Amino acid sequence: MIDDLITALGAEFVQLSLTPIVIGTLAAIACALPGNFLLLRRQALIGDAISHVVLPGIVAAFLVTGTITAVPMMLGAGAAAIIAVAMIEIVKRLGRVEPGAAMGLVFTTLFAAGVLFLEITDTSSVHIDVQHALLGNLESLIWFDAEGWGSLLDPAALATLPPQLPRLAVVLVGIGLFIFLFWKELKISTFDAAFAGAIGIRTRVLGFALVVATAVAAVAAFDAVGSIIVIAMFVCPPASARLMTNQLARQVGWSVVFATISAILGYVLAGYGPGWFGSPYAVSAAGMIATVSGVILILTCLFGPQRKRVGQQAEA
Amino acid sequence: MSSAKLVAESGKILDVASKDAPLTVRGLTVSYGNKPAVFSVDASIPAGSMTAIIGPNGAGKSTFLKGALGVVPRLSGEVRIFGKLFEDARDRVAYVPQRASVDWDFPARVIDVVLMGLYGSVGLFRLWRARHREQAMDCLKRVGMADFADRQIGQLSGGQQQRVFLARALAQNAEFYLLDEPFAGVDAATERAIVSVLKELKSEGRTVVCVHHDLSTVAEYFDRVLLINVRRIAEGPVETTFTAENLQETYGGRLAATHIDELHLA
Repeated sequence: MIDDLITALGAEFVQLSLTPIVIGTLAAIACALPGNFLLLRRQALIGDAISHVVLPGIVAAFLVTGTITAVPMMLGAGAAAIIAVAMIEIVKRLGRVEPGAAMGLVFTTLFAAGVLFLEITDTSSVHIDVQHALLGNLESLIWFDAEGWGSLLDPAALATLPPQLPRLAVVLVGIGLFIFLFWKELKISTFDAAFAGAIGIRTRVLGFALVVATAVAAVAAFDAVGSIIVIAMFVCPPASARLMTNQLARQVGWSVVFATISAILGYVLAGYGPGWFGSPYAVSAAGMIATVSGVILILTCLFGPQRKRVGQQAEA
Repeated sequence: MSSAKLVAESGKILDVASKDAPLTVRGLTVSYGNKPAVFSVDASIPAGSMTAIIGPNGAGKSTFLKGALGVVPRLSGEVRIFGKLFEDARDRVAYVPQRASVDWDFPARVIDVVLMGLYGSVGLFRLWRARHREQAMDCLKRVGMADFADRQIGQLSGGQQQRVFLARALAQNAEFYLLDEPFAGVDAATERAIVSVLKELKSEGRTVVCVHHDLSTVAEYFDRVLLINVRRIAEGPVETTFTAENLQETYGGRLAATHIDELHLA
């Protein structure tokens, strides 16, 4: 009888919760990895900017193609990300404003344009809306054909996995490879761009590649989890990780750990947490995952071993 | 092939006498916005010399170095390093940027920064190995920072940070060292340590160029000067070029006559 219960729970878990948790984790790590370098380059807002401009990109892709299939959506989002990065550069140079202001200007304007776009065009028949853009639909990424843990070994069942899962897995592998293969170059150019240029590292190309990796992560994650998680994962896990260590490799490692904890704990709390307080409803998984990452940041600020380093220079 | 490249790029060939000098610069102009920071500067640094680049704040001393190495884009002018384009002579040059130009809160230890100087000997897609760590430790010893190898760089004093930068340059094992304000904001012990390492480099036949601020130590530390105030004012041996007249022209009214009197000028 008890065995039956465990089996039933297991089957239900695999069908309803396993894929959203895995997808959430993949998305969180894919964003946290480039986030480490963006943070140290004081470009954390780039992730924010890119994840906002994805909305007008997707709306424009829908208007052009008339479908909401993945490929045109992702191409539209990618194009919007590149346009946004170019616009930020233009505003920075022509307007002579500081980078943060240029990013803030561009992404709010484009996001607002995306909202207007949605309202004045007839997209009511499809499920693009601002709510979806912000929060994604992680809870709906269930695995219909799963009948239990055994389905993980069943090719027929595996073929019906939500497409976001393999897509994010590929993106994560790609970003991981990029960071691993160009580790020295990324480290040196992030620390000292002038020195990196002098020893022959193509700093502009590398900086652009990092922004492209960021855009790819944002676009792939956006579809599954919405822009709130994307923004939170670019910044929170790396910032928390920085407070844990003084070595870049360990910081990247910690950021992966924190991203994973945020995704898993956030999903479980969102789905089951309200029940513990007697509520029959679940709360938004995306919102809870972002909240957990924020709580981790607060905890590392309070208890992280390297939290005191700023302004604490030892005199010789 | 390479001579064809020379002509194609600039339209004129540098004169033969200065062809293989560590640094030959013709008409270097670099501009931030509409205003030139460095305007049509010529310079020629002979091998084995120790040159101070001198000039008032905002005179384009650092920009001259950055423009020569292509760290900032040049508007015009041609530069040869050992008679070649910088791209083809990179591994013979070590550049030390201003200490204040980087964020010392970066998550790295002292040894990690010195290892960056060995970038060229590591190879694409590879990581630093034990052999590189030994080399980096040797360089730290030379600047008296071996005990700090595992210290986070943000916990160092300004002078210690400058020595770490110098150790990174030593790791490059270059023939030509260009340092941007290596003595800015460092303690006296660090200044002595840096000077002794630089003189060691010179005695090994290497060439050193420093952007330098302290006029009172020019004659003691260097054998040549390059005076810049956007344009080149003068260049040559300390004995003949580091004169009151040239300094007056470089600094204009900003250098009080009494200050000039205090310097031990030629």
